[in-house]
Amino acid sequence: MSPSTPASHPEGTAGGSTSRRRRRGPRTWLAALPLLVFTGLCFGVPLGAIAFGAVTRTDAPSGATRLTGEHLARSLQGPYLGSLIGSVQLSALTALIGGVLGILIAQAVVTSRSQALRSATLTASGVLANFGGVPLAFAFIATVGISGVVTQLADLTSLGWSLYSFTGLTVVYLYFLIPLMVLVIAPALDGLRPQWREAAQNNGATAWQFWRHVGLPVLAPSLLGGFVLLFGTAFAAHATAAALVGGSVPLVTLKIADALSGNVLTGQENVALALGLDMILIAGLVMAVYLPLQRRSARWLR
Amino acid sequence: MAAMTPTPAPTAPHTGAAPAGSATQAPASRRRRPRPRVWRGAVLLLAGAYFLVPLIASFVFTVHVPGQGVSFEAYTQLLSADGFTESMLLSLGLAAATIALSLLLAVPALVAVRLGSPRLRPVVEVMCMLPLVVPPIALVTGITTVLRWGPEHLSRTPFYQTFLAVQNEQFPVVLVLAYTVLALPFVYRSLDAGLRAIDVPTLVEAARSCGAGWPYVVLRVLLPNLRSSLAGAAFLTLALVLGEFTIASLLGFRPFAVWIVTISGAHARMSVAVSILSLLITWLLLLVLSRAGTNPATVSSAPSTSATSRKES
Repeated sequence: MSPSTPASHPEGTAGGSTSRRRRRGPRTWLAALPLLVFTGLCFGVPLGAIAFGAVTRTDAPSGATRLTGEHLARSLQGPYLGSLIGSVQLSALTALIGGVLGILIAQAVVTSRSQALRSATLTASGVLANFGGVPLAFAFIATVGISGVVTQLADLTSLGWSLYSFTGLTVVYLYFLIPLMVLVIAPALDGLRPQWREAAQNNGATAWQFWRHVGLPVLAPSLLGGFVLLFGTAFAAHATAAALVGGSVPLVTLKIADALSGNVLTGQENVALALGLDMILIAGLVMAVYLPLQRRSARWLR
Repeated sequence: MAAMTPTPAPTAPHTGAAPAGSATQAPASRRRRPRPRVWRGAVLLLAGAYFLVPLIASFVFTVHVPGQGVSFEAYTQLLSADGFTESMLLSLGLAAATIALSLLLAVPALVAVRLGSPRLRPVVEVMCMLPLVVPPIALVTGITTVLRWGPEHLSRTPFYQTFLAVQNEQFPVVLVLAYTVLALPFVYRSLDAGLRAIDVPTLVEAARSCGAGWPYVVLRVLLPNLRSSLAGAAFLTLALVLGEFTIASLLGFRPFAVWIVTISGAHARMSVAVSILSLLITWLLLLVLSRAGTNPATVSSAPSTSATSRKES
């Protein structure tokens, strides 16, 4: 591909081992090339298209393309801004609740010292954390939807319950976020070695002091990382919400889908791109927090 | 919590030495036997109820028709349902192609990085992990834009045929490409864990000095050692593709997940039945996945890899 790697190299790789050392560099480089080209084409080009489309406008008659901040500005106004805020609120709320409940469950399992309970919970968490998307939405419609089984049994409608609302979505999202938190945090809770607690106790520390000075500092990166991961997952979720509420809850993913499928005024595709860019920026921020935290916690918990 | 992060833990064990009487939460209750049981029992009971009720209720929903009693029609009619076979076959085909493509791309690259180009390693890692940052819905906005270039700018060039070919109704290659991008982080993690467990350079050197050719080294030495992590990567990808909705629906194709939504209006019971079945399938896949690894390292890592396997939610 580049001038420095002549085409004869792939031929040479199959054969002799005489000049191995000299060929090693380019040869291995070539084996990684398909992956890099693929990601560049199938991931980089669409990303470039998002970034390009979000900041340019092409005039139909002349075909001239010029730079504009209009789409980004519009994506941060009115209903679009509302949907971004709605998504952030929903993600933050579900991540917080899911995180706390996940810790409680993980702590219950980790301290129980029952191997069967532990492996059952972790396996179930692995499955349930993957039970997102459309099937989950339908399971909840069948359970607490308008004619759902539990709705009928407990007469939830008269209590003011609606699945197709912010609260309803929160309950549904928690179904895959809590198991995710259990999976993320259980190894960290495991990593709190009993010796540390014993050492603290021998030095006369109370349980509170143990948590304040040992437990929480060691767990903090994992906790924060877990929260951030939950936030990102909830933020990117689209299928569940799409199958469940359609458009009644303002979420940025639903707004993008609307704009893409042409349910809004024409010429709004670029606003969809701008919204996509907004999402990538927020998700990128989330990951920029998460990855270093994960590395940090990996140092302690092995 | 954030305030504590800067004080690294190494100093903490030494500072935590002072007698006091207050006690909180779980750790405190651990000292006495009866209380933790109650606390733990309550937590697990509530969690169990929250996670089991929707499953049981959905099953009841599919088999119990109010006023008519119990019937398994929703399940028996499934196979003859309009579009079920087509969408299922399409999803399975897409999954097979995605698995093949992602492994073909990732295995050589990762082995190469281990063998001779350590400087490429961060590049490959970043390339593979970046898709995690981009939500599928954002990726699809980019893909639709790129696909629109086809008719707009390239209609007189040979590229146009490519654009048409990748959007073939029968087998949308564009979905395979998009799914491969989404699957790369999980394939990378799974393979990376597998490669970390074996000493690639030594294995390769040994095989090479015994006179093995490169194809032999890869096919008969490396791949068998990576069997469990290859299986893990394949299962995660399969689960991802079978459940994927966002990209397929917005690009206008109709694999399995999109099909469930389309029939839900007319056949509510059937759509719930299919949802339960797909949960069971995922469950089976993950069980197989956790059994696939024979060494304890892979077994314990399997659930955590699967944790983030599906962004689609």
